[in-house]
Amino acid sequence: MDNAIVATHPHTHETAVPAEHEHVALPQHRHHFETQEQQREAGTFGMWLFLLTEIMFFGGLFFAYLLYRNWYNPAFVAASNQLSIPLGTANTAILISSGFFMALGVWAAEVKKKNLLVLFLVLTTVFGLAFLGVKYFEYKEKWELHHIPGASFDVSQFINPHAYGLKEEPLAPDMAQKTQVFFFLYFAMTGMHALHMIIGIGLLFWLTWRANRGEFSAGYVAPIENFGLYWHFVDIVWIFLFPLLYLINRHPV
Amino acid sequence: MSATHTIVNLPDQRTATLPKRTYLNNEDGLLSWLLTGDHKRIAMLYLVSITFFFFIGGAFAGLIRLELLTPQPDLVAADTYNKFFSMHGIIMVFLFLVPSVPATLGNFLIPIMIGTKDLAFPKINLLSWYLYWLGGLVVLGAMVLGGVDTGWTFTTPLSTHYLNTHVVTAAMGVFILGFSSIFTGLNFIVTIHRMRAPGMTWFRMPLFVWSHYAASILMVLGTPVLAITLVLVALERLFGIGVFDPTKGGDPLLFQHLFWFYSHPAVYIMILPGMGVISEVISTFSRKRVFGYTAVAFSSVAIALFGFFVWAHHMFIMGVSNYSALVFSLLTMLVAVPSAIKIFNWSFTLQKGSITFETPMLYAFGFLGLFTIGGMTGVFLGALGMDIHLTETYFIVAHFHFVMVGGMLMAFLAGIHFWWPKMTGRMYSESLSKLAAVTTFIGFNLTFLPQFILGYLGMPRRYHAYPQEFQVLNVLSTAGATVLGVGYMLPLIYLAWSLKYGAIAGNNPWQATGLEWQIQSPPLTENFIETPIVDHEAYDYEWLEHKTAHEVTTVG
Repeated sequence: MDNAIVATHPHTHETAVPAEHEHVALPQHRHHFETQEQQREAGTFGMWLFLLTEIMFFGGLFFAYLLYRNWYNPAFVAASNQLSIPLGTANTAILISSGFFMALGVWAAEVKKKNLLVLFLVLTTVFGLAFLGVKYFEYKEKWELHHIPGASFDVSQFINPHAYGLKEEPLAPDMAQKTQVFFFLYFAMTGMHALHMIIGIGLLFWLTWRANRGEFSAGYVAPIENFGLYWHFVDIVWIFLFPLLYLINRHPV
Repeated sequence: MSATHTIVNLPDQRTATLPKRTYLNNEDGLLSWLLTGDHKRIAMLYLVSITFFFFIGGAFAGLIRLELLTPQPDLVAADTYNKFFSMHGIIMVFLFLVPSVPATLGNFLIPIMIGTKDLAFPKINLLSWYLYWLGGLVVLGAMVLGGVDTGWTFTTPLSTHYLNTHVVTAAMGVFILGFSSIFTGLNFIVTIHRMRAPGMTWFRMPLFVWSHYAASILMVLGTPVLAITLVLVALERLFGIGVFDPTKGGDPLLFQHLFWFYSHPAVYIMILPGMGVISEVISTFSRKRVFGYTAVAFSSVAIALFGFFVWAHHMFIMGVSNYSALVFSLLTMLVAVPSAIKIFNWSFTLQKGSITFETPMLYAFGFLGLFTIGGMTGVFLGALGMDIHLTETYFIVAHFHFVMVGGMLMAFLAGIHFWWPKMTGRMYSESLSKLAAVTTFIGFNLTFLPQFILGYLGMPRRYHAYPQEFQVLNVLSTAGATVLGVGYMLPLIYLAWSLKYGAIAGNNPWQATGLEWQIQSPPLTENFIETPIVDHEAYDYEWLEHKTAHEVTTVG
């Protein structure tokens, strides 16, 4: 009749779909969907929308970063230089590896290779945990230097950097106070990111358990695909965080 | 009564019975409700829940009006009064207005209107109801612990620095409620995109679905920004960090930008679904297709779109630059265009229609008048110069109550009365419901018209005492609130009565054209016995006539 029918039933006008009437009824097919294809599309679409809300959620933090970076640029430069580039770079590599194994996992599910899928999910989890491990050591260092915002925050390193063996320019006391704003945003942004990773790793345990029972080896791969989207989204957030927090304003000294 | 005065067409009451199997009796027991995935049952759960919170919010409104009966602070102390209006605002905005039409009528009707069995994600739908209650209980918890007195806007640095009330608890409740709203919106968008019945093209969808689609976009894009803002407020309070506190290097204006980036679109979340109800009701009781269907459909999307670019008009006196104030003032005027398109198109729908005055239509007429006043005064406030004079006065209070109460609440009641026979299978008392509609209209105007004058004369909002000369108008307002309260209590009584004693409504008591009216009332759990194939436009009364005639011959 018109194109909307095609949108609802994608195969109506395709002739080369011999399997259409075979009805491989998967146990995961929900009664209120006309076809399994419709169910899968709805799930993926829902996931993309959810990621859109996540972008808006992180967007608020990025907006705050933008504003305060402009207001308190010297403090942001000095504080940013306190972050460890080697650890940040290592973490970036670790996270991309994790995302790579996730992509392989989606592939393994689609070609119905159960053991490979489990293996890749486990590797995704291991690299995800490694990322959090590195983050732990980074946070711990900040704790020791009194760079955690709050009552025990100490600005002496920024007022008098030479006494600490740093090659930074000293900041005026009230500008030095603003490094606290940087560290707050650093902890809020990377903390929110880490929270998403922790939730993701929890989901990975669950998915690995289900994959091991063979739930995704018969053509029903929507949870793996949709989790893959989530996991890549978490990667992408880090891809923005790393340059904004660690790399920007680095200059040879 | 002759046929020209009513279109109500009930089955013969001596022989009529409710259908044997419906979504209401499909399964029995409390658990079958608490664990249901059926969008219609979840809608009913929501209906009971939001009614509960509406009357709590209403009680606070009553207390506020009671205090304002006299110029002196005699009922409550200043800070108690602050807590009253804060709770009134938080409950009415986040626990009533935002979920009111979408979570009840939208949940119930969208899948049926587009010809499918359920929303795309029934479990997420149920989860959103549980999140609603969790958030609601946390907000009530904040109230019981001693309340919060920031107003519903959580304005910083007031909320982060100067107050010792339960800001974090209340903010957490609103945060949770936000996710409830996000999940509802997400579910609607996916359902409307992916689950339409064969032949149900975008431009055959009822306008109710269009307006919910637009509101869902706002829920999905706006609410997360509110969530992160409230997280930052909570972190600032808990750890004493200066994100928004100027004494620590923060920027309170940043909070305003982030907050209103959600909360301005949120007022469209609160009104758009109501506009959808009005389209259905006006068309049905004028027996005409909605005039300019396409324009009305797109105006919903336009309101959603423009809604994201006007937030700073809440901040004209807060120190934004003159240029941005000017630009936002002009952009604000833009929103009046799609809103006016709707009002004019509804008016043209009425023109030369066969209008009948059943209860839903009375509420819809109330909506038209009150929303127009609310919208027009919004243009006053959007004008930069006027706003400086009127902002933070009772003019603002009157303006948004005209839109929210005169608009959305009227639309909600119109919708409840319109679809009540579909939801329960029974009719309510027509005379009592007409009385309620008229009482509400009179009470509303008596309450809020004086507030326009009060505001124009300079009475500031959010104070529990005022100069002697404002008393007459305040007494009028309080008296109106009493009438309004009666108007809201009445439906509670006769709708509950109708559940047991109401006349059997039959499939299509209003002879309306929507798919929901072509199935039994109350519907089956799976809505349709077989998936409908749609071959006609929305509001096609000739199609309905033809179909009805056809049915008669079949039976004969």
